[in-house]
Order: sequence, then C-alpha cells, then structure tokens
Amino acid sequence: MKEIVIISGKGGTGKTSVAAALAFIVPKAVMADCDVDAADLHLILKPEIRTSEDFYSGVKAEIDPGMCIGCWECERVCRFNAISHASSIYKVNPLDCEGCGYCNQICPAQAISLPQQMVGQCFVSDTRFGCRLVHAKLGIGADNSGKLVAKVKKEAKQEALRTGMDYILVDGSPGIGCPVISSLSGADFVILVTEPTLSGLSDLQRVWQLTAQFNIPAGCLINKADLNSQITAQIKDYLAQQGIWHLDDLPYDEDFSRAITLGQSLVEYNPGKWKTRFDIIWQSISKELK
Amino acid sequence: MKIAIASGKGGTGKTTLAVNLALRAAESTRVTLVDLDVEEPNSGIFIKGDLIREQQMFRLVPQWEKELCTRCGKCAEVCLYNAVLKLGETIMVLPQLCHSCHACSELCPVGALPMRDQPLGYLRHYRLGKLDFIESKLDIGVEMASPLIGQTLDYVRTNCPETNITFQDCPPGTSCAVINATKHADMVILVTEPTPFGLYDLSLAVDTMRHLGKSIAVVINRQGIGNEDVFRYCEAEKIPVWAVLPNRREIAELYSRGEIIYPKVEQFRQGLDAILQKLDALPRTI
Repeated sequence: MKEIVIISGKGGTGKTSVAAALAFIVPKAVMADCDVDAADLHLILKPEIRTSEDFYSGVKAEIDPGMCIGCWECERVCRFNAISHASSIYKVNPLDCEGCGYCNQICPAQAISLPQQMVGQCFVSDTRFGCRLVHAKLGIGADNSGKLVAKVKKEAKQEALRTGMDYILVDGSPGIGCPVISSLSGADFVILVTEPTLSGLSDLQRVWQLTAQFNIPAGCLINKADLNSQITAQIKDYLAQQGIWHLDDLPYDEDFSRAITLGQSLVEYNPGKWKTRFDIIWQSISKELK
Repeated sequence: MKIAIASGKGGTGKTTLAVNLALRAAESTRVTLVDLDVEEPNSGIFIKGDLIREQQMFRLVPQWEKELCTRCGKCAEVCLYNAVLKLGETIMVLPQLCHSCHACSELCPVGALPMRDQPLGYLRHYRLGKLDFIESKLDIGVEMASPLIGQTLDYVRTNCPETNITFQDCPPGTSCAVINATKHADMVILVTEPTPFGLYDLSLAVDTMRHLGKSIAVVINRQGIGNEDVFRYCEAEKIPVWAVLPNRREIAELYSRGEIIYPKVEQFRQGLDAILQKLDALPRTI
C-alpha cells in the first residue's frame, strides 16, 4: 500500500481540485482529507458518513472556585498568561491555556482539574466515486490539529488495509507547520501543487525544504502555468536543480472554479479536456511507485 | 486600531488585500503591516522598504544537565506533552513537542533542566514612508508557529507605538495559529471567494471568530466566478460585506510578478477606499 500526499505550501493553488480529479481516476484508493481546519474535499465527494468518532487530545485547566484559596501560585507559574484574577476569583482563559498542567502540579489546594478536550470529530464515509473518504472536523478554537491529522491518516491506513486498497491519497493543508509535518510522516510520494507567482515559488521552495528532510520523492504540478511564463520557467529550473519530477503544466482555466461551483471533480465536469490529462499524470506516478 | 485579515480558505487574497490596504492607508497616515503567516510569509514580496532591524527569534526549551541530575523522574512525570522522557538512566528532551511551559525545569528539585534558547526563525522590520512592515519567518522543520506569532505581535506593540492602524496578515485555516494571530485584534476582515469552497471555509472562520468574540466584516474577492451563495450567507448571518473585488486576469498577473494592484486597477482601488472609509467610521474606542 502506498501513501501519496498532496501539498503546496501556499494556499489556493489547487490541491483539492487535484485530489478530487485523482479520486475519480485512481483505482483502489482511500481518500484522506488532512486539511482538518478547512476541509473541502467533502464538497466534491459528497460523503455519506458510515462511522463518526469524537477525538480527544490534550487537556485544559479548570479552577474550582469553592476550593481555590486565592494564593496566586497558578497565575505566577503560567507562561501563557492564561490565568487571571479579579479580587480573589481566579479564572482560566481556555483560549490561552495550552494544557501544560503546571498550575495543577503547583496548586496547594488541589483546586485545579485538567479535563480532556474534544479536539474534533473523525469520519469514515462512502463517496459517490466509490472510494472511501476519511475526513475530520476540527472543533472551534481547538488546538492539536497535528494530532487530528495523525488520527485521520491512521484511520485511512486501517480502512485501506481492511478493504484491500492499494493507495491512500492525502489532501494536505497549506503551510509548513505541524499539520503538514504530521501529514508527511510515513508518506511514499508527495505531489507539490504550485502556481507561477513569486509567492507560489517562494512557498514551494519552503515546503520542498521540509519534504526533503523526510527523504520523500516528489513530483510537481504547475497550475495556471500560462499566467506567468517567466516564473513557470524559473519553477522548472528549480525542480530540475532539486531533483523534483515535473509532472505537468495545467493551464489557467476557469474550469477549476466552474467545477467546484457545481460540486464536481474537473474530470467529471469536462472529461474531454481533463480525463486523459489526469490519467497520464496518474499512470506516471503509479509507475514510479512500483 | 488592530485589524486582522484572515480567511478559512487559503489563496483567497489575504496578502493581496493586506499589502494594498496598508500601502493605500500609508499615503495619509502612519500604518503598520505585520505578516503573521510565519510558515509561508509573502507580504514581503510586494513591499520594497529599507531594512531597519533583523533579529533571530527564540523560545526556551529545557536542556538536560546530566551531572546535576539525580534521575528522580519528576520532569518526565510532569510533562503532559511527552517532551521529556526518562529512558533508563537518561533524560531525553524532544524540543518539537515542548510548549515551553517551564514545569519540568522549575519543578526539578536539583535544577538539572535549565531553559535554553532554541531558534524559531527570523523577524525583519522594514520602513517605507509612513509604513512600518514587520515579517517573521519560521525556520523549516519547526512545528509550532504560535510562539513566533505571539512574539512578533509583542515586537509590534513595543516598537511601533506611533502607528495609527495595524494590519495583521494572518495564516489560512481556523487552527491555533489563526487564533493566536487574531485574538488581540479589534476587528477581523475575512477574505473569501464566491465558490462553495470559499463559502464553507468562510462559515468555519466566522464560527471561530464569533467564538473569540470578534467583530467581523467580509471582503469578497474574485467576484465573477462561482455563484451568489456567499452573498446570501452574509445577508442571512447579518455580516457586513465591505467590498467586492473583481476577478480579473490582469490582477492575477500583477500579483504573480509581486506588483501592487491598486495603482493600475481602478475598481480594486475603489474597493480599498470603501474598506478604509468603513474603518475610519469605526468608533475610536477600539
């Protein structure tokens, strides 16, 4: 079983459009939406939820006002400025609390508890494309998106093993921080989706430096390639220099937003234009993975 | 007045709006623009100012002092992030899991885990006319963006006291990095595009900002693609739409080259001026 992760560094370059196109084409695949704080793949795949699980990770401090003796120790040790007091009433601001538990350790009156936090929900669903989708919804204001990403990946792997699938296709999140690092762990191949803008190039370079630390082979799709041919050429030079495989140039095309607006994958929306193209992209990736 | 520019979905035009708005406002008043998308900061591509300060940023993580340690295991017991582990006679610190809470260090009975600087990235401060521009860039492989975001906002508070308005270019999404970038702002402008992806991610961002108790306004970018659902949503949720910016290839091309949009696209400039008027009309208490 092989795991393929789609990332971009920069947001809005077309990761989810590419993932939805491949979902239509790749045989024997489980899809995993690891952009857990702004997941969009379900808007195209229209999942029917089979199982749903609350996901708990980490704690937050709570002060029992009946037991608090107002000694100020908790507020003094909190490095996140999450504890404040008005007269002798001490309070935790849950938005600032990072759940380290230092206050709980140091409280002489044992007035501070550390309830587990529900970070979000994780779903395994059927989709209209026939493939399963593992997806999640991060709770509002919740921390630990990296842990939820790891949970989605773990569920996707189990689902693939259980149902005898050959591939896991992961739609990643923008950036280079913890959710992206979490989505890269254990991946066999990375698809980098970029665009020929100075921002796109800069973000591609940063996300590739991260990917290279994991020693994962990568291919790059240059989306909107005709928007700026000079920067497209610069990107190709960079790919060649770094040993990243250039998969294809996709045109600046309103089909992307039109397909999304109809809730369709590009390949469904306009098969004549996109089917062969994504077939070829997939054939070359799958050959590489063998 | 601190204005955060955020969005659920990436690539809707946060940086384009933040940069153009800040430069337009700086034609007449002291403005600070701070790029808090520390994982992938791009505002600096568009602003050619003079570098007035560059500094490396750090956070504190514990470092094991083998000779002092009595192997009592208290440090590993108090660390809820599993960042400090006791493996036999060795104490192992995993900085990427550490939140810098100091519990292990301060509760160690013999002071064998002093806190030491760990690099996070670099902050750069530029000036261009009446504009102060500050950007921070996270080192590759550093997991946590939030400490750098918090320290960058601290820097702005200390070093830009003369400013009349601060624009904060935020990361995409709705996770902890976004919360840290927006939680002290007086107002949040959410940039979206009129597609189902834009709408869904906008609704997540609205829920998050309401949870934080923020007042919000929406700017709809790339008008002309998609459908009318974002407008209907804003109307139903009673969220003011402060500007509607057009979908034009010309704008995408200017952006691709790192150029400023409003001097060349009249309709875009009008949108910015409408937003600045709205900001001007806000009560001065914020």
